[in-house]
This record gives sequence, C-alpha cells and structure tokens, in this order.
Amino acid sequence: MAETRDCATLWLRPGRGWPAHVPGQYVRVGVDVDGVRHWRTYSLTSLPGRRDGRIAITVKRIPGGLVSEYLVSQACRGMLVRLAPPTGEFVLPDAVEHPLLFVTAGSGVTPVMGMLRALARRPGGLPDSAHVHVAPSPEDTIFAGDLRALARDHDRYALHEHHDDRDGRWDVTKLGRRVRDWRERETWACGPAGLLDALTERFERAGVSERLHLERFRPIAAAAGVGGDGGRVSFLGSGKEVETDGTTPLLVAGEQAGALLPHGCRMGICNSCIGRLRSGAVRDLRTGDVQHADGQTVRTCVSAAAGSLEIDL
Amino acid sequence: MSTTLLEHLTPEDLDDIGAELDGIRDEVMADLGERDAAYIRKVVKVQRGLEGAGRAALLVSLFPPAWLTGTTALSVAKVLENMELGHNVMHGQWDWMRDPEIHSATWEWDNVSAAEGWKKSHNYEHHTYTNIVGKDRDLGYTLLRLDAEQPWKPFHLAQPLYNIVLAVAFQWGVALYDLELDEARKGRKPWSRVVSDVGRLGRKAARQIAKDYVAWPLLSGPSAVPTLLGNLTANVVRNVWTHTVIFCGHFPDGAETFDFDESDLDGESRGGWYVRQLLGSCNVDGPPVMHLMTGNLSYQIEHHLFPDLPSNRYAELAPRVRALCERHGLPYVSGPLPKQYAQVIRKILRMSLPGGGEAAPEAAAARRDPILRLVA
Repeated sequence: MAETRDCATLWLRPGRGWPAHVPGQYVRVGVDVDGVRHWRTYSLTSLPGRRDGRIAITVKRIPGGLVSEYLVSQACRGMLVRLAPPTGEFVLPDAVEHPLLFVTAGSGVTPVMGMLRALARRPGGLPDSAHVHVAPSPEDTIFAGDLRALARDHDRYALHEHHDDRDGRWDVTKLGRRVRDWRERETWACGPAGLLDALTERFERAGVSERLHLERFRPIAAAAGVGGDGGRVSFLGSGKEVETDGTTPLLVAGEQAGALLPHGCRMGICNSCIGRLRSGAVRDLRTGDVQHADGQTVRTCVSAAAGSLEIDL
Repeated sequence: MSTTLLEHLTPEDLDDIGAELDGIRDEVMADLGERDAAYIRKVVKVQRGLEGAGRAALLVSLFPPAWLTGTTALSVAKVLENMELGHNVMHGQWDWMRDPEIHSATWEWDNVSAAEGWKKSHNYEHHTYTNIVGKDRDLGYTLLRLDAEQPWKPFHLAQPLYNIVLAVAFQWGVALYDLELDEARKGRKPWSRVVSDVGRLGRKAARQIAKDYVAWPLLSGPSAVPTLLGNLTANVVRNVWTHTVIFCGHFPDGAETFDFDESDLDGESRGGWYVRQLLGSCNVDGPPVMHLMTGNLSYQIEHHLFPDLPSNRYAELAPRVRALCERHGLPYVSGPLPKQYAQVIRKILRMSLPGGGEAAPEAAAARRDPILRLVA
C-alpha cells in the first residue's frame, strides 16, 4: 500500500508463535533479493494483537538502497520474508502521566505512528500531546492523512506540520515557538542524526534530558560513507583492537595485534577463519563487495575493514 | 615428479593462468542469483522428499516391494545429502545466499563424521595441499599406498582387502581419519585434542546410530528388522558410491602427485596453486543425473579450482577450463566412470607391491606430453 511516491506500508502475516510487539518497536526483516538474503530493520506501524495476526511495516525507498527499493517497488502478495522477533526500547510507558511531545522527521514518523495509533485506542483517546513532524513537502509526508485524521478526531492532540519547501529548514530553535511548554513534556523523537543531536543538546541545556527518548535508525549502506579506507577493528573474543587499512586482511591485522585467530588456507577457500560480524562492514578483497554487520559471517583471510567494525573472534 | 612439469611453465605462464582462472571465478561470482538459489532449494526439496518417502515406505517394509522402494529412495536421499548438499554446502558454496539453513557454518550432514572435524581435514588440508605426498592425507587416507613415492611396507600387501572394507564402511573410515591418529603418533597433534575429537565423533556417531538403527526400526513396529536392514543397506550404498566418486577424483592414471614440502608452497603463486589443483584432479564423464549424484564431484577439476563456487556452475565452466588446458599444454584428465574406476583398482593392486614407479603407458604419455611441448 503506497503512503507517498517513495514509501509503502507492507502487511505481513507472521508464522505461529510470533510475540506481540509494543508500539514503537522495530523488527528485522530478511528479504531474498536475487538469491541473497539481506536483513533490514523497519518500525512496526500497525497495532499489536490484531485479530487477523497481521503486522505492518512502513518502508521508505532509499535511493540506491537494494532492499528498500525491492520492497517498495517489487513486493507482491504471497511473497515470503523472514522475521526476527520485535525488539526496541523506544516505547511508551504503560501509564502516561505527563503531557507528551513527539518530534519526528521523514521516515522517523514510523515508530511514532505505531504509538499514536495505540494511544488513540486507549479510553478517552489521545492524551495531551503535541507532535512536530518535519517533511520535505506535503506530498512527501508519510502518514499525512492519518496524522490529520487523528488531529481532527482527538482534541488533545496538536499536530504541527513543518514542510521544508514552504517553511524553510526546521531547526531546534523553532521548537519553543510551536510548543511553548516542551520542557514539561515527555518527549519521543525519531529522525536523522543531526536533528536528534540538536534535540539532545537543547534538552541538556534546559536541564530536562531525562525527558527525551530517542530512536536512531542505524545508518544504511548509501549513507554510512563506507570507504575502502580501513578503520578500528575490535576482536570481541580475544579482546584485541587494531587500527588497520582497507587492504590488509582482517586475519593478518588481528594476528599482528596478537590475537589468536582460527585460520586455514588463507586464500578464501576453506572457511576455517570465519567470524561473525557484530558491527561495521568489511570489503571482500577478491570482489570488492562490501558486506554489512547484521551478524553475518565473514572470511577474515580475504576481507578487509571498510570502516570501523567489531567481530566475534 | 611433476615439480619438473611445473618448472617448465614460466612464472609468466602461471600468472596468465592465474589471472584467467581468477577472471572466470569473478565472472561466476558476479552472476550468482535467483537461478542458483532456486536450484539448491529444489535439490533440498527433492532430497527431503526422497528421504521422507523412503523412511515412510520402510515403516511397512515387511512387504517386500515397500522394502525395495524405501531402501532405494533412502539410498538416493543419503547420497544426495552427502554429496550435492552436505559436501558442497560445507565448502561454503552457498554461503553467499546468507540463508542460515543452507550455510557452511550451520550444516550438519547425515554421516558419522561430524561437520566440524570434516571441514578442517577436507576443506583445509585436502584442498590446500592437494595430492602432495606426505601432506595431503587424502592420498590413500593414511591406509593405502597409491603413489610410488609413498614408502612400501609389508602392511600394504593386503591393501586390496583394506580398500573393500574402506569402501563399505567409508563414513567410518572418514570419521576415524578425521581424528588424525597418525598425526598424534608422530607428535604433530596433541593427544588431548584427539580425546576431545573422539568425544565429538562419539556424540555424532551415537546420534546417527540411534536414528538409523534404533529410532526408525522401533517406529516400524513389526517391520523393525527389515527397516534396520534397509537403513544399513542405504548407508552401505552411500558409502560405496562416495568412496568410488572420491577415489575417481584423484587416483586414476594421469592424476599427478607432488613431492613438495612446506617451503615449496611458500612461494607458490596463485597460478601455481591452480595448476597443482588441475594436475591433481580427474573428471568423470557421464549424463547429468550422474553428475548430480556425485555432487558434481565428477567435475573434480573445476571443484578443485573453485571449491567455493556453487556446484551447479561446474558443468558450465568445464569447457572453458578444458580450453585453457589445451592452450597451455596442460593435461585435463577425464573419462567414463568404469574406465576411471578400473584404473584406480589397478593402481591399488600395483601399489600393494613394492616399486611401481614406472607408470602405465598412457598415463606416462599424458604426463610427458605437455612437458615436451612446454620445453619446445
């Protein structure tokens, strides 16, 4: 179901035994694109515990993003994807005691949409809440219709839409003009790193940083600035750390740092040297392909660091 | 002996060969996709179907046709599981799909040899040191003398007999061999590791025995005995077949062995490694179904050049590898199964007696021919 020209909501039917999520949580989705399984994280935007058992994720297409492009433009009824159980700490407390503030930008609205839908179902509807949502333009506002409907139906929910093309770039100093009492509100914010950093600083200066709850989407391929220029490699198993360039195999770098690493052929055939990547990315020295964390195993003898990384060896 | 053959290729020749084969590898890697994923998933499905059908038929195997059908289906299923699936998956051929169910890190096969130990002895030792006398323990599996360079001992007189026992009980042979008792005796492997390996083998073997010789027979009720015999037959069929395929991969006439030591390998170029893999391996010719049942190890040459490329690609690569061999005057040993196997048997018989340095005539021709052309 299309939300905007580059964003779609996908309805999934999980297998048996899938635990109900808490609004605001995300789920890891494994998608086979051209025979290769890729895992990505998406916020759940549906209400938990639906009678038909279905869940919804809302995916924004990222230019050059393999999985998001596939899901937004090629997903079809009957397609099979893998799901990891829902996780995430970006959730509302059971009892809402303070007025609320949501600050979202772009696809950062997705976890908050899940929260708002859940709040709207509580007795008495949405509590006293303000929502500043930043988007490039009205057409590119994900959930624009749903948000406006909530604002219409719930008196205590105040929606402040900011469109960059009309109102100029949003910055954190504008917060006080829209929501005068923001310091008194429990705040949930999700969006680009710059926005979240600015909010963190603003809340700290106001001395109310405990009121601010953030969700940072992990940087994805195109945005991560992955270069072939190495980085800091942490071998979690042996506790060694080493600074390495983009051409030295991880195995060699680790051995030079004194880590005792499993290995065999040292030429990428025997799989003795594989380790699980916990964060960061590696470049396959034979193909130049970059492989990202997501708990993938990599062959250290033919992989070099593409930025800083952590590996379970 | 074939160090001389390698010496007649100039380092530049070797680099050309290395670059060309690397190019083929990169090309295939870049082309892997949906078609390959669909292929391996289909093999998994067919294998599971055959195994399920075989086990089900054996439940009522007091009825002889059910026994025959069940045993046949289970034999084929076990062969597929060990060859096209187990061996190849554990090589990492399908790791690119990142599907944990078809991945070298997670696959455990229907064989008493535990995946963990096998991956080391096979993927590392055999594939790195292919056919190097004294290094590649697959050369006769520490039991048979298959090369004149291996010192003869009176023990070898009875090796035709050992070979029959090895064929019938091949999975046990491989499992014991992975313990590397010979290495431990020579002091190259600590006994403490042998003990932990024995524990691993014991656990795996107990599981296998419980499955084939206890659980399924018990489930079969009155058909318990025929089920047990059916499972035993299927295991023996699988053992004899895998033994045949593997011996035909490295021991027919024309397969080279290498009298290298560690220092020779230190400076070995990519091209040198490729050529050693080429010379030490033999293909088996046959119809597609035979290739499938060998796990495409009938394309042993291609497998040794590209051990982690998906096996369904070997048939497509073979003509290009053969053409490369022709251009560089390298032998590409290939023949139908009966012929290759007869040569293996002849070698086992000949090497049971001392000597044997003088090779069979056609093999000598295959060995000398390229040298002469390279010298010229």
